Amino acid sequence: MAHEYENHAPMTMRMETPMPYEWSIGKYGSRFFQEIREKNQFIGIRCPGCGKVYIPPRRVCGPCFKELDELVELPNQGAITAFSIVNYPFIDPNTGIQRPIPYTYGYIRIDGADNIFSHIIDETDENKIKVGMRVRAVFKEKDAMQGHINDIKHFEIVD
Amino acid sequence: MDNIAIIGLAQTRYERRKKDKIFLDLVYETTTAALDDAGLTIDDIDNVVTVSNDFFDGRTISGMAVGDAAGAYDKNISTVEGDGAFGAMYGAMRVLGGAGTTLVVAHCKGSEGDTATITNGMFDPIYQRHLGINAVTSSAIQANAYLHRYGITEQDIAMVSVKNHGNAKNNPFAQLPMDICVDDVMTSKKIADPLKLLDCSPVSDGAAAIIIADEKTAGRAAKPPVWIKGMAHCADEYFLGDRDLTNPRSLRQAAQKAYAMAGITDPFKEIHVAEIYEAFTYMEPLWLEGLGFCEPGQGPSLLKDGVTTMDGRLPVNPSGGVLSAHAVLVAGLARIIEIAEQLRDTAGARQVTGAGMGLAHGINGPCGQSHCVWILSKEK
Repeated sequence: MAHEYENHAPMTMRMETPMPYEWSIGKYGSRFFQEIREKNQFIGIRCPGCGKVYIPPRRVCGPCFKELDELVELPNQGAITAFSIVNYPFIDPNTGIQRPIPYTYGYIRIDGADNIFSHIIDETDENKIKVGMRVRAVFKEKDAMQGHINDIKHFEIVD
Repeated sequence: MDNIAIIGLAQTRYERRKKDKIFLDLVYETTTAALDDAGLTIDDIDNVVTVSNDFFDGRTISGMAVGDAAGAYDKNISTVEGDGAFGAMYGAMRVLGGAGTTLVVAHCKGSEGDTATITNGMFDPIYQRHLGINAVTSSAIQANAYLHRYGITEQDIAMVSVKNHGNAKNNPFAQLPMDICVDDVMTSKKIADPLKLLDCSPVSDGAAAIIIADEKTAGRAAKPPVWIKGMAHCADEYFLGDRDLTNPRSLRQAAQKAYAMAGITDPFKEIHVAEIYEAFTYMEPLWLEGLGFCEPGQGPSLLKDGVTTMDGRLPVNPSGGVLSAHAVLVAGLARIIEIAEQLRDTAGARQVTGAGMGLAHGINGPCGQSHCVWILSKEK
């Protein structure tokens, strides 16, 4: 009997159901999104040990293992420290929809912060974007904001 | 085995939903509290073992995300993806291996994902997941098999819920302290026959941490060290259908190994208090059988005869057990912490008088596929 099955193709099984989560954002994360909604600005936090200002604000400085609580107002502008114009398809984990490509993922040093914040930069022409260029955050309308990283639409080059 | 000890411990209060806390908060708070408890600073810690699960956290390589909160910057850090009792055993092995003082910290927020979906993910994706199996339904199958085999009644196992929720009234960390009777359990909502709502542990958020050290370091700890005398784990087969669900043979083997390591010949005489991972009521008597405290099928008699109540000869789950707080992964570490508190004489209103030797137990995998047994002692 075995010969009847010999040439059958190996089978697979697909699962496409998303896994739902509801993550807490935390005290300082919540404050970060409130600042964006109320003032179209950022908030960071300063480590009492090393003096570093982190954005987004968090409770612990890893290197110092100290608790942070000094919030620092930060402007909505900074400079590009690294970027990549991405042509590799990216499925948005929230919507399941593919982001239009190309898009530019940016590493941005916000003025007054010591670490790097990341977001999308609204420029996909490699001849028009350079490390060191000044960028400014572009926000959604207040009513459309949801306490979400996409309340910032993107950063635009202001040079 | 060299003398090693638990020298610091801490846990959060367990709650259904800690909406104001992120993983980092839970890990940082328990880490700093365990350091304070030990009278140490983060500079005294040589290794960090985190315990987390990517499905529960909704994050790939979830252990890495809490490294800063666990003080792991510039230290070696590794993660055990499984119950905290197993994570603690890995931590103890780091100490025994000469790697120095080790922090073990476990966190879980059952409130943030979908527990039924996540525990469905334990099972085989080709043959089993689609049939509606998860932690609850697989345990219902095990309960049914166990009750059927030995003629145990649903009232018998309901007594475990009454005892443990009652014990939880003396535990400020417990989520579900309750004054209930067998009838309350019997009339609670049917979940999966024979399990009713009050036969099942809750969904919980929480974290716990311990610090394990060698004898020299233990000498300068702020509180009396709790000595680790024996520990072992053992696994059974993966597919439920390949196992005898009514015979916890992997637990029996783990227990025998741990007893031998601790020099215990008569566990019932030599162990004064036990914390057992009873995610469902029937598990407590079944695991007590596997631990050798009675013959197979006799587990429920231990409770009926008053042996495992607070004033019995072997109080089991004075903390209220997993039925009273079930932060997954954290729960096995919470069992170890409760036994350590008992041996330190710091368990407050739930203190077992004269506790000198205690047993803590954790499980991994569906229906207790793998068991981890710890023997802890007040004496070196």
